[in-house]
Amino acid sequence: MSAFSLSNVGMSYGRSEVLSDISIEFSAPGLTAIIGPNGAGKSTLLSVMAGLLTGYRGQCLFNGREVRSWSRKSFTRLVSFVPQRLRLEFPFTAEQVVMMGRSPYCDGLFEAPDDHVEVEKAMMMTDTLEFRSRDFRFLSGGERQRVILAAALAQTTPVLLLDEPTTFLDLRHQVSIYALLRQLASAGRLVITVTHDLNLAAAYADRVIMLRKGRLAAAGPPSEVLSSERIRSVFEVEADVLTGPHGKPWILYGGEARHT
Amino acid sequence: MVVKPVTRRRLWTSILFCLLVLLAVAVTAPLVGSTRIDYTAALTEDSIDREILFRARIPRVLLSLMAGGVLSVCGVLFQALLRDALATPYTLGVSSGASLGAVTVICFGLELFAGFPSIWVGALIGAFLALLLVLVVASEGRRMSSFTLLLSGVTINSICLALILFLQTFATFGQSFAIVRWLMGGIESVEYSTLLWLAAVTFPVLAYVFLTGREWNLMAVGEEWAAARGVNVTRLMLTGLISGSILTGVVTALTGPIGFVGLIVPHGLRMRLGADHRLLLPCSFLLGAAFLTVCDTASRTLPTSGEVPVGVLTALLGGPFFIWLLKSRRRSLWL
Repeated sequence: MSAFSLSNVGMSYGRSEVLSDISIEFSAPGLTAIIGPNGAGKSTLLSVMAGLLTGYRGQCLFNGREVRSWSRKSFTRLVSFVPQRLRLEFPFTAEQVVMMGRSPYCDGLFEAPDDHVEVEKAMMMTDTLEFRSRDFRFLSGGERQRVILAAALAQTTPVLLLDEPTTFLDLRHQVSIYALLRQLASAGRLVITVTHDLNLAAAYADRVIMLRKGRLAAAGPPSEVLSSERIRSVFEVEADVLTGPHGKPWILYGGEARHT
Repeated sequence: MVVKPVTRRRLWTSILFCLLVLLAVAVTAPLVGSTRIDYTAALTEDSIDREILFRARIPRVLLSLMAGGVLSVCGVLFQALLRDALATPYTLGVSSGASLGAVTVICFGLELFAGFPSIWVGALIGAFLALLLVLVVASEGRRMSSFTLLLSGVTINSICLALILFLQTFATFGQSFAIVRWLMGGIESVEYSTLLWLAAVTFPVLAYVFLTGREWNLMAVGEEWAAARGVNVTRLMLTGLISGSILTGVVTALTGPIGFVGLIVPHGLRMRLGADHRLLLPCSFLLGAAFLTVCDTASRTLPTSGEVPVGVLTALLGGPFFIWLLKSRRRSLWL
């Protein structure tokens, strides 16, 4: 079973401290949403866990072993990371980008037939097959985001870390991506995603981590974490938290404005 | 344009095609020249024709093949390393670094050290330091714009050029003459033993670079992207840096700085084959070899009073191409 265990994790860029004293556990299965205002350290936390920032303080263990001491190859067979966006200089096609997700399994110069099968599956799940041979640079923002998600799915890892995977997506694709993440979590994977959309977090996640100025503000099931007082103190907006049709929290912003 | 995924079959057909182009050029080039050669005389007896063919033309063609191929591969390598299609040994100032290294060695009169051409070592160190400087500037931000990259290249170029001219004032007349060729590159006939040295140094490096082609794909997308997909980024960058310096260094030591080969050939290939480095690297070598040889053959047969150095010709071709490339890049790719 895959699990992260963080204790007193901190991270600074130069003199500015972006993360401090984060102690938390994650274990499969489950869908966790990390929320917080801009600059709260959400992406930094995710990058530390993905082993991309090795200069962190404290302890960040994955399956009992410090993240920075894993070999990249074996770590990336277990943990995939979806960046917020990807800018390409060169004319790689969508399919070539997804195929790069198979890299941890390739030793030689070429991919095996299995790799092509996984790529096909991942592109089917993300609805990206129709533009598989198109130049990635000329896809729309939403299409690109689905392609990079497909690359992570093709990596077939038990853990997925995603940095705002639905920022550029239209409503239909936002919902279908979260439904897909939910499905992956229910099938036994550990999915951790950064998001700005509190309602998506409330509707799909079974755990919400709230960060504020680099520190842990709250962690727990959406119904506990997402209260109007906490949203007010962390995000500095007025919000009403109602109960949605499925018993999930449903957040309405700008309460102040509506009352006047 | 529809680009199919890269398979062994597609790799070999592309390589085969490029190889045929290369062979056609390699066979024709020695037959062209300002003097007419009597081939029966050249092949059968000790004659002036034999001298021209085997001492002048064939070694020169072999050198231009090697230099063109290596410079193109360096272009692809630097472009992947810095994620910028305008990066080449020449535009980054790595070639001038190599020139400076070579000139320094000449000025201090250390041309042969223990039988090994120490100009190569000088050029190699010069190339390495210039490339290191570029990378240090480049790693300041997570990703730097082409402008910063090209400006740092221009700066390194000017500094190296200034230092070469400065060193020249200390040089004897003979050394001074040898130094001038480091300002503009050209291909000359060399000894077969030098060609063997060149092959012995570059081929293993090229083989290594070709075999890491798949990893260079991920690197060309981004360092973080590669690291999140199992690539040991530090190791790959370091070996890329060393390979690039060796390749640029030894070629520059023999030819001086020749520009734009590493820009024109990889760009043309990407338009045709896509961005996969498993195809791009070997095909760039083959077509780069053919390209520089065609240019050099043109430069030695042009009806000018003296011979035009091939560097002049590639700059005349590549300069406008470079400007066109700069203009035609999409705005969004700049940001």
